[in-house]
Amino acid sequence: MQSNSSMRTPLGRVRGLGSAKSGTGHFWLQRVTAVSNLILTVIFIGVVIALVGRPYPAAVALLSNPCVAILMLLFILSACIHMRLGMQVVIEDYVHAEGPKVLAVMANTFFAIAVGAASVYAVLKLSFGG
Amino acid sequence: MAEVKPVARPLSPHLQIYRWSWTMAMSVAHRVTGSGLYLGTVLIAAWLVAAASGPAAFGTAQAIAGSFLGRLVLFLYSFSLIHHMLGGLRHFVWDMGKGYEPETRMKMAKFTLVGSVSLTVLVWIVALVLR
Repeated sequence: MQSNSSMRTPLGRVRGLGSAKSGTGHFWLQRVTAVSNLILTVIFIGVVIALVGRPYPAAVALLSNPCVAILMLLFILSACIHMRLGMQVVIEDYVHAEGPKVLAVMANTFFAIAVGAASVYAVLKLSFGG
Repeated sequence: MAEVKPVARPLSPHLQIYRWSWTMAMSVAHRVTGSGLYLGTVLIAAWLVAAASGPAAFGTAQAIAGSFLGRLVLFLYSFSLIHHMLGGLRHFVWDMGKGYEPETRMKMAKFTLVGSVSLTVLVWIVALVLR
């Protein structure tokens, strides 16, 4: 048996997830988005290569193609979730003081959402006719 | 209840104390490329917003991307992307509980570098040929 210093039952401890506050959600989401990034990044590189040196109308035509636009939106979503989780680990590894750490983790979330929102807005604007 | 007294325990040593190895270098590179990609998303967002803003803004963005400095950043970004991708594949192998043998680890680490350099060069050749 584990220590009996707590009044909580083992089931209650599992449900409450203890002091960690969360389970394997962070790890698992990092892996799921890693898999989707693998596919979407290859597509993204392909789109960028297809756009190299193209004049504006051709670039807009490609980016506003529904299939390309949907894949770009998925790429942005997947990449932003993945990079937010990854940077959070880096911050937690190197920023030890509680205050700066909380602020940095929060700023990290704001950064990921801002970059994602700007990119999604741009793709949607192109798709719906500039 | 017994009082818990904090004891000054020795901390585990950090990076600078270890001899550099391939696996360690590629682990550090995975984190460095990941951080680089993180910052680089600002450029991707700026490029997309420029495309959505009209021909003038897009022309400026394309001109910056086509300059020497722009191409250098793009090259480093594409290398980081591919390096981080191959590093991620290595993590998938480990997640399956495989590839922990010293020889396998070393081979995978070396492949991460050789593979990412080769793939980056290949991507650039394809891009320049299609231009």
